[in-house]
Amino acid sequence: MMYLLGAFAVLQPQGSVALAERGLLVSATLLMFIVAVPVLSLLFFFAWRYRAGNTKAKYLPNWQHGKLEELVWWAIPFEIVLILGALTWTSTHQLDPRLPLPGGAPLVVQVVALDWKWLFIYPTEQVATVNELAVPVGRPVRFEVTADAPMNSFWIPQLGGQIYAMTGMVNILNLVADKPGTFAGMSANYSGAGFAQMKFVAKALSPEDFDAWVQRVKESPLVLDHHTYVPLAAPSAAGPAVYYGTAENSLYNTIVTKFTGPQAPAHAH
Amino acid sequence: MFGTLTLNAFLHGPIETVAQLSVLFGVLAVVGLLTYYQRWGWLYKHWLTTTDHKKIGVMYIALSFVMLARGAVDAFMMRAQQVLAVGDGAGYLSPDHYAQVFTAHGVIMIFFVAMPFMFGLINCIVPLQIGARDVAYPFLNSMSFWLTVAGAALINLSLVVGEFAATGWLAYPPLSELYFSPGVGVDYYIWALQIAGVGTLLSGINFLVTILKMRVPGMSLMKMPIFVWTALGSMLLVIFAFPILTATLALLSLDRTLGLHFFTTDLGGSAMMYVNLIWAWGHPEVYILILPAFGAFSEIVPTFSQKRLFGYTSMVVATMSIVVLSFVVWVHHFFTMGASANVNAFFGIMTMVIAIPTGVKVFNWLFTMFRGRIIFATPMLWFMGFLTTFILGGMTGVLMSIPGIDFQLHNSLFLVAHFHNMVIGGVLFGFFAGFVYWFPKIFGFMLNERLGVYAFWSWIVGFLLAFIPLYALGLMGMTRRLSEVGVEFQPLLVVAAVGACVIGLGMLFQFLQLVVSIRDRKKNPAGNNPWNGTHLEWTTTSPPPASPLNENTSGGLLIAAGALVFGFALVWHIWWLATLGVVGIVALLIVRSFETHHA
Amino acid sequence: MPNDKVTFGFWVYLMSDCVLFAGLFATYAVLQGATFGAPSVQDFVSLPFVLVETLLLLTSSFMAGLALLAARHHKKVLALGALALTLLLGLTFLGMELHEFGRLIAEGSGPSTSASLSAFFVLVGTHGLHVALGSLWMLVIMLHVALRGLSEGTLRKLACFGLFWHFLDIIWIFIFTFVYLFGALAL
Repeated sequence: MMYLLGAFAVLQPQGSVALAERGLLVSATLLMFIVAVPVLSLLFFFAWRYRAGNTKAKYLPNWQHGKLEELVWWAIPFEIVLILGALTWTSTHQLDPRLPLPGGAPLVVQVVALDWKWLFIYPTEQVATVNELAVPVGRPVRFEVTADAPMNSFWIPQLGGQIYAMTGMVNILNLVADKPGTFAGMSANYSGAGFAQMKFVAKALSPEDFDAWVQRVKESPLVLDHHTYVPLAAPSAAGPAVYYGTAENSLYNTIVTKFTGPQAPAHAH
Repeated sequence: MFGTLTLNAFLHGPIETVAQLSVLFGVLAVVGLLTYYQRWGWLYKHWLTTTDHKKIGVMYIALSFVMLARGAVDAFMMRAQQVLAVGDGAGYLSPDHYAQVFTAHGVIMIFFVAMPFMFGLINCIVPLQIGARDVAYPFLNSMSFWLTVAGAALINLSLVVGEFAATGWLAYPPLSELYFSPGVGVDYYIWALQIAGVGTLLSGINFLVTILKMRVPGMSLMKMPIFVWTALGSMLLVIFAFPILTATLALLSLDRTLGLHFFTTDLGGSAMMYVNLIWAWGHPEVYILILPAFGAFSEIVPTFSQKRLFGYTSMVVATMSIVVLSFVVWVHHFFTMGASANVNAFFGIMTMVIAIPTGVKVFNWLFTMFRGRIIFATPMLWFMGFLTTFILGGMTGVLMSIPGIDFQLHNSLFLVAHFHNMVIGGVLFGFFAGFVYWFPKIFGFMLNERLGVYAFWSWIVGFLLAFIPLYALGLMGMTRRLSEVGVEFQPLLVVAAVGACVIGLGMLFQFLQLVVSIRDRKKNPAGNNPWNGTHLEWTTTSPPPASPLNENTSGGLLIAAGALVFGFALVWHIWWLATLGVVGIVALLIVRSFETHHA
Repeated sequence: MPNDKVTFGFWVYLMSDCVLFAGLFATYAVLQGATFGAPSVQDFVSLPFVLVETLLLLTSSFMAGLALLAARHHKKVLALGALALTLLLGLTFLGMELHEFGRLIAEGSGPSTSASLSAFFVLVGTHGLHVALGSLWMLVIMLHVALRGLSEGTLRKLACFGLFWHFLDIIWIFIFTFVYLFGALAL
């Protein structure tokens, strides 16, 4: 049901990051048409014009050099790459996933990829959920992504690009939802037999609805601590959404540091 | 006695049993036919023990075709699963089996279809084009080929005994580590690639030396045909990239076999290190394959345009720039791993820079056609198909080289469509073109043109039907490697499955083309130069005379057999057998050292 | 000159082997800090011990050079003697390395203790494996020389072997510097 909402998810952004990424996709595509369309046209025109049957066309069997022509061949792609390169440099810095987004203090969500489900810990709200994510519309969200499983990739196409979830590492992904809605979230990197079911629902709620959602989660009697985490982390797939009314604060750090040992957790580069 | 190998390794579910039986029947059928027609002696004397570069080339291509059939069956299975496993349907493959199928598909298509096809063409043609009697080290050439066969045999053995890796074709840890993949699948993967990889590395050295040291007097570097140049570039890449693969796989096998911690999650291992290393090999690998395809087209376009190649020097410069640049782009395979914006932007821009020499090649081909008299024989049709699809693939490739875009397309079916665009439309079409072009030279008769045209049209239509929908599915947010899919993806997946069937039809036409052409071989002699080609290979007879100086030796075959035994033993931890394999190989090499009679 | 094909090819092979070691060095550089509480090179390195190893290997390389020189002057016995010394020095080096490995494993600091130690053992061990294979090759060449004399073929084998042996020296110098010396200085 929820997947029907995202027909061309990448092309129908619901957040400013995804919007910027789509914009980049469109402008880069158009830039490349400048080369691709003439080249393809030339290919078919030459193929038709200089077919063996057309004896009227000019035939120069020994023509094999042309300083000017070759200079042009090198110059055209060079120019395009120059423009695309500038676009790449600026856009890569603008769209750096760890760059905080405007709009006030972000909501922090700690994301743990497990075999094969997603755990979301809300450290400020001190609640946690499995396979269901809710964020308030308009407020930036800072995802702190790690894993207690093989490498996965955390992706909500309609909100923005993905980031890898790896053990012993915290990758930062800043996203924001601009409109309320329910979006598909998933793992994009193959992680074993339950991978196909490693999906979650991402809900963008109005601030009031979000507070109500947090209240609803808080009403759950389930507690997430070092003890209840163990069965949760055991491999299982296609689990339903679970609400934990209480979440132990130190758990996330434990999950990260158990792989890094005595060293400090490796914030990526 | 037999390590971890027990009878259970032979027992599978129904679908695996079909695969098991088809391998067994295939082997039995070949053995039966050879025995019935009493061809064992002929096979042994004229093929298995040959060191003639042309025959080794033909055997490489035969291996490639056999493995193409296997890889295609894997592809059909995947397409069928994604059509059937929709919504509540679970399909007919378990998730684990599905994962083995897509892993095997990728591994086979790259290592045992594309690579042998490339070495087949290079073996057949490069020595002829440079006027060399044979390659620099004919014995090594035979050994390299048989090591590739041993790797392929090990992969097929995993169908019969045990299982294959269920990790994706690059076996990223920690999934490929013992903790998450305790079965023997990854070990089969490691040893199949390791054995074939050594063969590839030795071939790389062999052809580099052949090209640099054995050209006919008067052929300076700048007089070499472009196909030889691209082979040289490709071999340089092999020599610099394959040792990285060897090291990486060795470290993974040490993790799995001896409990070391290179890429494990615990005790300080770093999966990121593996990802970096494997792509430091993996990206050059793409260019190892595509450069000779570019080279083949650079022979074909002038021949069928009845004109000289335009911009020879540019072509050489472009080829060599690609060789250098292909080593500084590997991070574009994992922009989403958390590197800084500076790092990502650098590797993105370097990736685009490769598009410059590639673009130059395209322009040079176009202007070779300009003011020519173009004959649209099948090799030229493959070129037209190649350039059309390659431009599309090149565009989507440049798109994904921009990190901001890649975040949204990485690991999606858009990516899958892109690399099939490059590997089918680029590499495979190029090799098909080269195969059709040089077939008359190697065998002395022409291929049936009409069936060739049918094959081409099936391939190009099938390709577009099978992969354009994948671009769309990627934009819909469908990730790769899904054993079950949402209903909204179904219509386009059905189109893709139909496309796969049309490609299958193309393969059928190619098979028929071979059968019919062999039947009619007396009627269609090739003569020395059927296409009016201008390079040296066309000045000799078709088929070219066998090299009288070449010895026959079973050394390469036996060493590869030892390697196969060694690999199999290590997969199953049968230590005494592994020791026996190594001792056997060393003994053969020592005996060999006493046999050689170099000039 | 058909002969220089073999020597040239051997150079190319050495280049590719160099890339293999580059991969292992890179891995060591990345993982050496991941000690996970296990000892690091700084904790167990004995520079005098490694210095002796280095001298053994350098002398062995020198002897290999002498052997080639003697062979080129058709002094078969001298060549064989120098080769025997080369082999002896190489094997002593190997023995010392194995001794160091054995001691570490006995102390509970084997290669499976931490990523850092995995990288250490495999980098140093791969060099050791090359030395071992080189020793075996040397034996075969000695057999050739003894049985067939100093033909053009055996001379070429000897020359290639010399290249290989010097190459291992160079790799060892890198290991000595980057693993042991920098390790001892905790750089």
